[in-house]
Amino acid sequence: MTLPPVLQAQLRDLVAHEGNPRAAMLESLRLVQAAEGWVSDDRIPQIAAELGVTPAELDATASFYSLIFRRPVGRTVILLCDGASCGLNGADAIRDALMSRLGIGYGQTTPDGRFTLINSACVGGCDRAPAAVIGPDRTLVGPLTADTLNAVLEEAP
Amino acid sequence: MSVKLTLNGREITVEDGRDLLSVALEAGVDVPHFCWHGALGSVGACRKCAVKVGDKVEMACMTPASEGMVVETEDPEAARFRAQVTEWLMLNHPHDCAVCEEGGACHLQDMVVATGHHKRRATGPKRTHRNQDLGPLLTHEMNRCIGCWRCLRFYRDHAGGRDFDAFGAHDRLWFGRHEDGPLDSPFAGNLAEVCPTGVFADKAWSKVYARPWDMTATPAICTHCSVGCNLTLNERSGTLRRVQNRYHGAINGFFLCDRGRWGPWSADAPTRLTGPSTLPDLTGAIGLGSPRASLESNWALRRRVGADHFFAGITDSEAALTARMASLLKAHPTASIADIAAADAILVLGEDLTATAPRAALALRQAARGAERDLACQKGVALWLDQAVRVAGEGRRSPIALVTPLPHALDDVATWPLRRPPHAIAAFARLIAAALRGAATDPEAAAIAQALAAAKAPLIVSGASLGLAGPVEAAAEIATALGPKARLALFPPEAGSFGLSLLGPVGGLEAAVARLDRSPGAVIVLENDLFHRADPALVEQVFEKATSVIVLDHLATETTAAATLAIPVAAPAEAAGTWINHEGRAQRSFGFRPPRPEAPAAWRLLAGEETDLDALLTCLTGDLPALAPIALAAGPATPRAHPRQSGRTAQDRAGRVPEGQPRTDPDSPLNWSMEGARAADPALATWTDRPGLHSVSAAYAAQQWIGGPLKGGDPGVSLREAAPDAGPMTDPAPGDGLIGLPLHSPFAAHEADTASPPLAARTPGPRVALHPDDAARLGLAEGARLLIDGRPAPAPLTLDAAISPGHIGLTGLRAVRAVKVKAAP
Amino acid sequence: MTDLPLTGRARPDRTPHSLAEWRALGGYDAVERAFTIPPAQVLDAVDAAALNGRGGAGFPAARKWRFMPAPETSPGPRYLIVNGDEMEPGAFKDRFLLEALPHQVIEGALIAAHATHATEIIVLIRDDYRAAIAGLTRAIAEAQAAGYLNAMTMRVHPSAGRYIVGEETALIAALEGGRAMPRKRPPFPAQSGLWGRPTTVNNVETISLIPHILANGAQWFRALSHTEEGGTKLYGVSGRVRAPGLFEAAMGTTARELIDRAGGVSGSGRLLCFQPGGGASAFLGPEHLDVPMDFGHMAKAGAMLGTGTLIVLDDTACPVEVTARHMAFYARESCGWCVPCREGLPWAARILRALEDGSAQPEDLAALRDIAAEASPRGRSFCDLMGGAMAPLASLLARFPDLIDAHLHRGCPLKGAG
Ligand SMILES: Cc1cc2nc3c(=O)[nH]c(=O)nc-3n(C[C@H](O)[C@H](O)[C@H](O)COP(=O)(O)O)c2cc1C
Ligand code: SF4
Ligand code: FES
Repeated sequence: MTLPPVLQAQLRDLVAHEGNPRAAMLESLRLVQAAEGWVSDDRIPQIAAELGVTPAELDATASFYSLIFRRPVGRTVILLCDGASCGLNGADAIRDALMSRLGIGYGQTTPDGRFTLINSACVGGCDRAPAAVIGPDRTLVGPLTADTLNAVLEEAP
Repeated sequence: MSVKLTLNGREITVEDGRDLLSVALEAGVDVPHFCWHGALGSVGACRKCAVKVGDKVEMACMTPASEGMVVETEDPEAARFRAQVTEWLMLNHPHDCAVCEEGGACHLQDMVVATGHHKRRATGPKRTHRNQDLGPLLTHEMNRCIGCWRCLRFYRDHAGGRDFDAFGAHDRLWFGRHEDGPLDSPFAGNLAEVCPTGVFADKAWSKVYARPWDMTATPAICTHCSVGCNLTLNERSGTLRRVQNRYHGAINGFFLCDRGRWGPWSADAPTRLTGPSTLPDLTGAIGLGSPRASLESNWALRRRVGADHFFAGITDSEAALTARMASLLKAHPTASIADIAAADAILVLGEDLTATAPRAALALRQAARGAERDLACQKGVALWLDQAVRVAGEGRRSPIALVTPLPHALDDVATWPLRRPPHAIAAFARLIAAALRGAATDPEAAAIAQALAAAKAPLIVSGASLGLAGPVEAAAEIATALGPKARLALFPPEAGSFGLSLLGPVGGLEAAVARLDRSPGAVIVLENDLFHRADPALVEQVFEKATSVIVLDHLATETTAAATLAIPVAAPAEAAGTWINHEGRAQRSFGFRPPRPEAPAAWRLLAGEETDLDALLTCLTGDLPALAPIALAAGPATPRAHPRQSGRTAQDRAGRVPEGQPRTDPDSPLNWSMEGARAADPALATWTDRPGLHSVSAAYAAQQWIGGPLKGGDPGVSLREAAPDAGPMTDPAPGDGLIGLPLHSPFAAHEADTASPPLAARTPGPRVALHPDDAARLGLAEGARLLIDGRPAPAPLTLDAAISPGHIGLTGLRAVRAVKVKAAP
Repeated sequence: MTDLPLTGRARPDRTPHSLAEWRALGGYDAVERAFTIPPAQVLDAVDAAALNGRGGAGFPAARKWRFMPAPETSPGPRYLIVNGDEMEPGAFKDRFLLEALPHQVIEGALIAAHATHATEIIVLIRDDYRAAIAGLTRAIAEAQAAGYLNAMTMRVHPSAGRYIVGEETALIAALEGGRAMPRKRPPFPAQSGLWGRPTTVNNVETISLIPHILANGAQWFRALSHTEEGGTKLYGVSGRVRAPGLFEAAMGTTARELIDRAGGVSGSGRLLCFQPGGGASAFLGPEHLDVPMDFGHMAKAGAMLGTGTLIVLDDTACPVEVTARHMAFYARESCGWCVPCREGLPWAARILRALEDGSAQPEDLAALRDIAAEASPRGRSFCDLMGGAMAPLASLLARFPDLIDAHLHRGCPLKGAG
């Protein structure tokens, strides 16, 4: 599938704005991910061609960053904190509850394409431990309990 | 400025601010290291080179030398850390030495042994990678990677390759391509040597693997372009197994191009010519010399047929142009490859350097970084801090102008990537020369002139890749205008071109045909597929007019097929011989296996079986006294060096260590012996290893200083003074019709390159390319089949806007000339 | 004048002020004032205020600014980068400053840019802080429209993940669009930073403090502190405390006071140990409760102030488990450039996890001790990520030898407790 014209135009603007094709690499990946949720293998050479860099150069950047998704993700991405403060406040129990409820492990997506679960540390919500950031707006939720967790999952698209 | 410091209790004087690792290595203290490389500098990634400086453990490669420093390399704290680094490095290494090509000559093995890591404590699983198919030249075994970053630093940072990179992060880091496929860069083969372990290995070697210490090693010269890089040829049981870089401070340094690394495989090509090798009576025959034959073979043919019956197996104009370029060697300071890398302003006129003299193009890429280094230097950044220099230099580039007809592989480092049709290049260059003399000219020419004039070490590059004299003459004119500070680098078409022109004024094929017209006779062709050297119509005339055509070659070619008699001779890699490179440097190459009676060196066949190389050289220099220095190209050949100084050392497969009299090589001071003392003469030395250090990574040990000349001096002698005198040339008017534009490839220049199976697998197919406007005008579409000068074109038409209008790009064309193009019926 | 300059004006719900609201609170007065003063004098004021950078290392801000070459000697673009990556485990302070007080960040950045002759300001914010990114972007547009930016360009650059992006030279590499790999210092960013040009990198909190120095003077600023290091500090307390949160307090406030403000130790109520400045700081014990928490005193105590965000453990919490979490994080976040960090951290993480689950053998523990011993001294790894990661490990090994031995063969004796 070729790049949608809107994205193509945005990428061109980006290169024009940055003035340097390499400088636009990371932003271009974010742009495509914002539009499509992730950056597919097909997109890498397409974006690279738009920028005037090689697919290798672009993928070197893409594969480095943890929040550039190179595999498809669900409509709602849950970044569950497994950091120390959350760990000290019951993060493991929340993790277990979440995994059994969704039936997936870290790095996996529910078969209905609704949720992707990723472990993260820390999410900058230590005062609300155990915490997670959820959804396209990366909303901070916490302290998570079995109840608040259910509410959050139900609200998700 | 120099400073005094104490290294392991010994006071040494070193240059202020140099990195301690280089300082120690030069002082003979082998500090373990991985990421540091003599040509790639320091980046501090592997943390292996820890030494004690004062009371602190520091990375030697990242620490500048300073006055009064006390450096202890064997301090227990430093040694403990180095051992710990080894343990870390080995956590994920597969420990697959038994099946690894590098086994036994592996820098990683050396370092593991050196730091005393014998027992594995870690119990967890190892991480694994999926390997990639990187094409026909290199293997990829990522699990062996220790993450020293050398591969990327060579491929991307040094050689400018952009299809290879680092992917992932933390301990999932890996190096490769975005997807499977051959590596683009014509310098990719160096990965096999820069990698300190077995991630990248030479695929050709891998297929016919022999252990490093089981192969004999022979010093040879690359015969695949006019640069003359130094090679080591590895043989086992009579077959070629591997070709490696042999360090030469002024030429190839640490790196080869892929054509050089895999070119010698033509020696074991499936198209090797076979058959009896007896010469018929050659009385009255005309001899056609070859630009891909050694000086000795060309001379032996010339002597055999007589100077007045000797012609060059190339066009008259190529012979004249080569002679003219050779004569210019005398008039201007020439540029070695090291000089090219050190130039601070460069003008390239017409030459497709990456294809015609690849190693020179790699050097030019380094020269481009000069301005970056200057700025970094101003900011106080030490030049050996490679990564920091690249950042601090703000991407500045030294002034480089490329005036060429086609997009150039070096455009990315050029200040002025200028496109001019072939015949307009000289005119533009003359504007630069005029500007240098103070005349007002066009602004671009003036800017280039200004950059050259302002430079301390300007360089003008041209050559024969267009077959035009204009750019060469203009290059000389500009060099003259710049005065003695300017160097001139002129690249003749082939490795034997200058050697051929040193034999005296010789006509080419047109002259030979004229001669045949006057007095028909037999023609003997030396190591030359004439159809690759001249217009087929001209070659056919040779065949028509000769009473018989006898061809001496190691390959079956179009010419041998058409010949009356084809006689097999040794491949260049099998025969001793002398090669004169682009700077007029004579270098001796030796055969990697004992001469085979059924395919002797061409010179031996021509001069008579009883002759050995020394005897031949004596005759040759007697005949042409100006060439006398070549006797010294590789140490004193007579009396022979003691056999124990042989560079070739190996047990043979029967397990015999030949004692008593080893098999001798009549053509070299080397024998096939198990005795492997280091040859004193650097031209004969093939091993830099020594106890504890067995890999190419230890090449620094043979250098006077890191990256400098070899201990004992870089091999080769200059023959500049022996160059012929040839006056200025002008190009004839191009003629009517489309102008054929030669298309070159870095992977193959001629039939001996494509005969090498690894290179054949990397060589792009032939191309016939027109500008879309011309195609439209002629009513030709993409993919059209054409007749060129009445013969079927080698490939269907491609449309390419990069071809200047009025031109047609043609693979295999040797010089710009008018061609007649029409659609094939 | 307030003794809570940083947070005093924040709304309880953390929503940012509009420009008009901020103006009404005295916003941008300091900027207007600073622009009438020559850069050198602004620098002197910050110097006199003894402001130490709040990004973790506590490097004096004015000294860092003075490394910037004079514009005459290096004409061309120059950058000020505000570091809002904040991925240190246990740290959540910059999130607050960015979300609740974006105009304060802009003010500080404009003054810092003035002092360092920067021509462009870039604020890097971790991608998870979407509200902060949106709020600051909006605030910049407002400030721009109102003419406060003058000729300065200021933009927000969201990170794409990876803790190492917070390291200043890696941050610069990220802004150049590539892999965020640390670069050798020297050359320091001031000499050769973004695109090789002179660059200053400061933490969000450092920058947020600047306007107050300009507004109220260096003397006032120093007087805010209990120690020689000027100003207030935005501390955070999390882990086993009853009311985790952020507390702006005088620099040099003690851990005892901060833990009290956080409602005291939860769980058993008995303090086992605490990390004073995020995951990359050493474990301190009850004996350190009264040490003033500033950069100097913490260093003397064998830890570091770091981000000043405490992680508290009661005596039913297992420090091995906490360290295992940290180590898994640091191992995952290693950039992969240098060997000790890339290979050593995952190994350490694996051994710590094995200690927790009872599969660790004495030989593993010996290897863990070796890793800590060999990687802890400064300069062993290329950047400070690994050194930081070693702080909790080395202090764990030193402080809790018996507890660790108890983990051998059997796993965590505290599991299920607390
Ligand atoms: C691994 C690593 C991560 C870091 N992360 C951050 C960060 O998230 N935010 C920050 O301000 N500084 C971080 N730093 C420190 C920065 O390198 C830099 O020192 C700091 O931004 C300077 O700001 P300051 O002088 O205002 O303290 C980190 C350092 C290291 C070694
Ligand atoms: S310590 Fe080394 S591998 Fe780790 S983050 Fe720093 S440079 Fe990268
Ligand atoms: S050789 Fe010095 S760190 Fe690698």
